[in-house]
Amino acid sequence: MGTSLDIKIKRANKVYHAGEVLSGVVVISGKDSIQHQGVSLTVEGSVNLQLSAKSVGVFEAFYNSVKPQKGKLTPSPVDFTITPETLQNVRERALLPKFLIRGHLNSTNCVITQPLTGELLVESSEAAIRSIELQLVRVETCGCAEGYARDATEIQNIQIADGDVCRSLSVPIYMVFPRLFTCPTLETTNFKVEFEVNVVVLLHPDHLITENFPLKLCRT
Amino acid sequence: MAVFPWHSRGRNYKAEFASCRLEAVPLEFGDYHPLKPITVTESKTKKVSRKGSTSSTSSSSSSSVVDPLSSVLDGTDPLSMFAATADPAATDSSRKRRDRDENSVVGSDFEPWASKRGEILTRYTTTEKLSINLFMGSEKGKGTATSAMSEKVRTRLEELDDFEEGSQKELLNLTQQDYVNRIEELNQSLKDAWASDQKVKALKIVIQCSKLLSDTSVIQFYPSKFVLITDILDTFGKLVHERISSLCVDHRSVLPDHFSPENVNDTAKETCLNWFFKIASIRELIPRFYVEASILKCNKFLSKTGISECLPRLTCMIRGIGDPLVSVYARAYLCRVGMEVAPHLKESLNKNFFDFLLTFKQIHGDTVQNQLVVQGVELPSYLPLYSPAMDWIFQCISYHAPEALLTEMMERCKKLGNNALLLNSVMSAFRAEFIATRSMDFIGMIKECDESGFPKHLLFRSLGLNLALADPPEGDRLQILNEAWKVITKLKNPQKREVNTVLADVIKHMTPDRAFEDSYPQLQSIIKKVIAHFHDFSVLFSVEKFLPFLDMFQKESVRVEVCKCIMEVFIKHQQEPTKDPVILNALLHVCKTMHDSVNALTLEDEKRMLAYLINGFIKMVSFGRDFEQQLSFYVEARSMFCNLEPVLVQLIHSVNRLAMETRKVMKGNHSRKTAAFVRACVAYCFITIPSLVGIFTRLNLYLHSGQVALANQCLSQADAFFKAAISLIPEVPKMINIDGKMRPSESFLLEFLCNFFSTLLIVPDHPEHGVLFLVRELLNVIQDYTWEDNSDDKIRIYTCVLHLLSAMSQETYLYHIDKVDSNDSLYGGDTKFLAENNKLCETVMAQILEHLKTLAKDEALKRQSSLGLSFFNSILAHGDLRNNRLNQLSVNLWHLAQRHGCADTRTMVKTLEYIKKRSKHPDMGHLTELALRLPLQTRT
Repeated sequence: MGTSLDIKIKRANKVYHAGEVLSGVVVISGKDSIQHQGVSLTVEGSVNLQLSAKSVGVFEAFYNSVKPQKGKLTPSPVDFTITPETLQNVRERALLPKFLIRGHLNSTNCVITQPLTGELLVESSEAAIRSIELQLVRVETCGCAEGYARDATEIQNIQIADGDVCRSLSVPIYMVFPRLFTCPTLETTNFKVEFEVNVVVLLHPDHLITENFPLKLCRT
Repeated sequence: MAVFPWHSRGRNYKAEFASCRLEAVPLEFGDYHPLKPITVTESKTKKVSRKGSTSSTSSSSSSSVVDPLSSVLDGTDPLSMFAATADPAATDSSRKRRDRDENSVVGSDFEPWASKRGEILTRYTTTEKLSINLFMGSEKGKGTATSAMSEKVRTRLEELDDFEEGSQKELLNLTQQDYVNRIEELNQSLKDAWASDQKVKALKIVIQCSKLLSDTSVIQFYPSKFVLITDILDTFGKLVHERISSLCVDHRSVLPDHFSPENVNDTAKETCLNWFFKIASIRELIPRFYVEASILKCNKFLSKTGISECLPRLTCMIRGIGDPLVSVYARAYLCRVGMEVAPHLKESLNKNFFDFLLTFKQIHGDTVQNQLVVQGVELPSYLPLYSPAMDWIFQCISYHAPEALLTEMMERCKKLGNNALLLNSVMSAFRAEFIATRSMDFIGMIKECDESGFPKHLLFRSLGLNLALADPPEGDRLQILNEAWKVITKLKNPQKREVNTVLADVIKHMTPDRAFEDSYPQLQSIIKKVIAHFHDFSVLFSVEKFLPFLDMFQKESVRVEVCKCIMEVFIKHQQEPTKDPVILNALLHVCKTMHDSVNALTLEDEKRMLAYLINGFIKMVSFGRDFEQQLSFYVEARSMFCNLEPVLVQLIHSVNRLAMETRKVMKGNHSRKTAAFVRACVAYCFITIPSLVGIFTRLNLYLHSGQVALANQCLSQADAFFKAAISLIPEVPKMINIDGKMRPSESFLLEFLCNFFSTLLIVPDHPEHGVLFLVRELLNVIQDYTWEDNSDDKIRIYTCVLHLLSAMSQETYLYHIDKVDSNDSLYGGDTKFLAENNKLCETVMAQILEHLKTLAKDEALKRQSSLGLSFFNSILAHGDLRNNRLNQLSVNLWHLAQRHGCADTRTMVKTLEYIKKRSKHPDMGHLTELALRLPLQTRT
């Protein structure tokens, strides 16, 4: 370890708004003398789309066929009801146990520093409930002249109910947005970053029910 | 060196006493007198000015009686002076803080968690094998099923779940003790991780531990598991809070107890926020809840309203916990941290209670019932598992709660079916008075409860506990008793007949198959309740079944515990000495049981405790004027309690006291019969003392008993005691054990010998032995004793001997014992006796001077000076300075004391002043001349 360089920003929470001056110090420490041609500071922003095994397929599917869509603004707040009948992508609907789950999200337009809130209530369920989770997904869409690629990544999963919860007793929906993995919803000609939340209900013995809600995040 | 002769100064003790005495002043009623009862007046405001120096006449009426201690200090005593000068702002602010604390901190009438802890751990145990899974395998499978995470993301998310990188610990087949040890290890590794600055690892440990609380296998153990794991959470909460506090503090200042978030700097806030963000991202509900609750207090760093917002949210969050048992414990934990951090936020406590009522029906739902079947646990043993958590929640809510709320809670509980469990917790946690006044209501509710659910006897037990604390309405009592009787016999009522019936019934139930062996704690508790009510021991022991009840405690440790309880109560409440044969028989039996439990392995503390209790008993036994009976009791006690030294010591003192009592009754003139009796007492002591171990105990008892013998005119017996003491001195070891520490014994020996000399003054010589034979024997022993090399104690003792011999050469001694002729009247100032006495003095003086000479070395000069001065003082006090040689010797000693500049000038000045003052007394004129020959050395 010869020389080390440390950039120390003055503000403890490291949050700056446009127009503000970012100030601090650069600490360079070393045992021996070091030669340098001046110290300069540059700020760079980059987006990196990684092609995982899964997103390759997605990339192929969207290739040449899908145009970037204008982000549809979901009305806020939103109420929802989940029953076997409301589900899509079910293989054998008859095998599903009966259940009725109701809930609402206080807003799908969220301030990034405020938690996502709402309530969920299991009115009835034949099968015992194993778990109810909130899954936060980031969707990145990238486009150029040749076509578009879309990649969805789970960035946080929060369990809000564990075990066979009491019927007809509302369970709070509450999720803090992780600071390092979320940003305001972003839409440019070639590139989009969007967020979605899935309410995931796991029933005994092995049923998985997902309800998807697009979110719009912003910074105030 | 020439031998100096000794000439004692003749003393007229009577005249000296008269001259030293203060003038007696007759007192009028209302005059000031220092020993009058003191009405303490505030000395700050009442400054007493006193004219003159005669304290007895200055103050006037009794209303202005002044504390003599403070009046000495001219008005203000040092403590109030100190308080008055202290910064007034400081006291003011501390008072303010106290006022505030009263609102925000629970009082001592709130039973703390710490006292519940131990009880839970001992009550909820298991013999089944337990497991600790520190990396929930099933979780992983569930994760893959849930979502399509990229490998990278999964690793990142599981980073928090994983304890050590890549380690998966599953510990199976643990016994309960193993489990407790493992948890303790985790607690330690948490502290270690924290200390070595591995904060993330610390957090991982806490998360892993809280996860264990979602595991309900071996459900009987769950309450204890909760206790163990919340201990870890407490540790963690404390560590985080301390760390953030330390960040708030600049280098010097300390964060005040009641700081506001504005006083917290950005770094501290950011660190605090970071913790909350980290915790908010914990995947699983239960660990996320527990870890956040554990650092609830840290919200204070962020905002004023933080806690009041957080508590309701966490309360709601618990609704997500499906298992009712897990959820009720989560509520208990939240109520606990809530009470610690913000006891004024009652709303959340109540919300927890009402939410719990809403989920109550789950207990009888399929999920729980299936689980019980799988684990083979019956409902009556499952339901009591809820009690510790519910009791705690109920206790938090009912603390200082208005009656209306309690009534509402009770009504809400009533509405739910099969509410025995709730009923029990209500009875455990609510104020005893509240319960007692509604006893009949409660009995009604208890009767309605389903037999198959919560055990009814536990309900009656809870009710009984309340009734033991608060009285039910007078009219209801009999009915309560009758109702309770039908079910179980544990209700206590302090009536002899009823108690007897209850005890008999318990005995009847517990004796078959030695059932009592499994119920010692309960039986013990019954005994405690009984003796708490019976302060009259003659009534208690006449309860027919009491002793048979005691016989059920067949395990020795429990038996001894019970005996100790009985004796403690006896000592506390027995006011009058007793000779009641019922009490004596029973308590002798009880004490004997305690005594017989002593063996080689018994701890010193335990022995001390037992001896204290037995002594308390012995002191309370009195047969009044039947002294012989009393002595035979002491003889019996000695044979019973021979293994406890303090008891034997007590017995010796008691017997000595008995002898002195006898003397008092006979007004000093023993009859043939009483003389024989006191000799029997003396003999008792003489043969008991040698069985003791403590050397100074023996020495002091020999001396003391010798004095008693002397006072009762048992001269040869007294001689025997003193001889025994003298022959014991050579055995005094260099070091003795005082309270577990080894200390040099010389100072104790010095003290003892001085005391001994004072007694020897009045011991008459034995006609068949030589003059002063005891003193001579003692001197020989002192001469032969191996003293510490660098100590002057031997010489100090010789100086004391010189004082003794001077006192012995007086015509009339300073004090006497009534009806004992001391040497002064035996010899009547016989010249031969005086010559013997002087010869002894010379020998002793020679020894002293010899020793002073050996001190003429550099390192010992200081000792030489002080010893020289002390010897000088002795000569001044006891020697006849009209004798030229003695006079010369004292002048020499004066010079010696000052020779090397070691003397304290002030002492020398004072001494000289004293001599000059004395020289003014009649017959002391020769001191004027002496004073002139004593120069004062000036220090340069």
